[in-house]
Amino acid sequence: MLPYPILTVSLILMWLLLSGFTLGQLVMGSLVAVFASWAMASLRPDKPKLKKWWLLPKLFFIVLFDIILSNIAVAMLIIRGRKKGRKAGFLTIPLELKDRTALALLAVILTSTPGSVWLEYDSYDGSILMHVLDLEEEEQWVATIKNRYEKLLMEIFA
Amino acid sequence: MIYPASDLSLPIALAVAFFLLLGAALALIGAIGFLRLPTFYERLHAPALGTSWGIGGIMLASMIYFTAASSSLVVHEILIGTFVTFTTPITFMLLARAALHRDRTARSHGVPRKYPIGPEERPRKDDDPQAS
Repeated sequence: MLPYPILTVSLILMWLLLSGFTLGQLVMGSLVAVFASWAMASLRPDKPKLKKWWLLPKLFFIVLFDIILSNIAVAMLIIRGRKKGRKAGFLTIPLELKDRTALALLAVILTSTPGSVWLEYDSYDGSILMHVLDLEEEEQWVATIKNRYEKLLMEIFA
Repeated sequence: MIYPASDLSLPIALAVAFFLLLGAALALIGAIGFLRLPTFYERLHAPALGTSWGIGGIMLASMIYFTAASSSLVVHEILIGTFVTFTTPITFMLLARAALHRDRTARSHGVPRKYPIGPEERPRKDDDPQAS
């Protein structure tokens, strides 16, 4: 009946936000959302296996907080210039994460955070290549991404 | 509908001004960084300021202003924030990977090359060299 419940709920919410909360719009939005999720199902993408979906808000707030901090860091770097001995650089990080949806989410998180850009994922050895604006300690970046995001993502996506 | 800004109470006006200036300042700093940083890969990081908390601040200011001025909850700005957050990384990645591809093809210095030959030509672990 509903192949993508989260997609359907998000579409209904979006419809209501755009056209106002009334009963008629709820019925209309639900219809559109259900048909849209059927259309999505006929494309047959990999079905994301959400195991612990209630951890998603936790991830959201962690990311929001980290984005605030990196906004401050990058703004300072642009205004004051780079501290001595620091440089921008490429970084290779080995990942254990295999789920495609989780990898896509990680890519969006890392790229929308100022100061780090996801460049490519190597599915052969499961590593990613990133570019970092302020490369202080390579190990520190690796540890942050592995402990802060990858662990949580692996819990959410079974 | 047009709501006169002079009707707002002082704390709300201050909150709106704070978030609006925060967002605008971050967008401006991002633009300056975009202009001044030396390499392409570094310049990629600067606009992310404007698309993360730059848009976030302006979004919050707009939500507070119109919620207070129209005395009803106005939150559809969240959609703008969500779509900007999810679509700009795709553009960044596309640009960054295009640059990486060109730099690798041109054998530029300082660009990581994982393999001496193209990734599609390297041997697989399970390939048997005798079989082919």
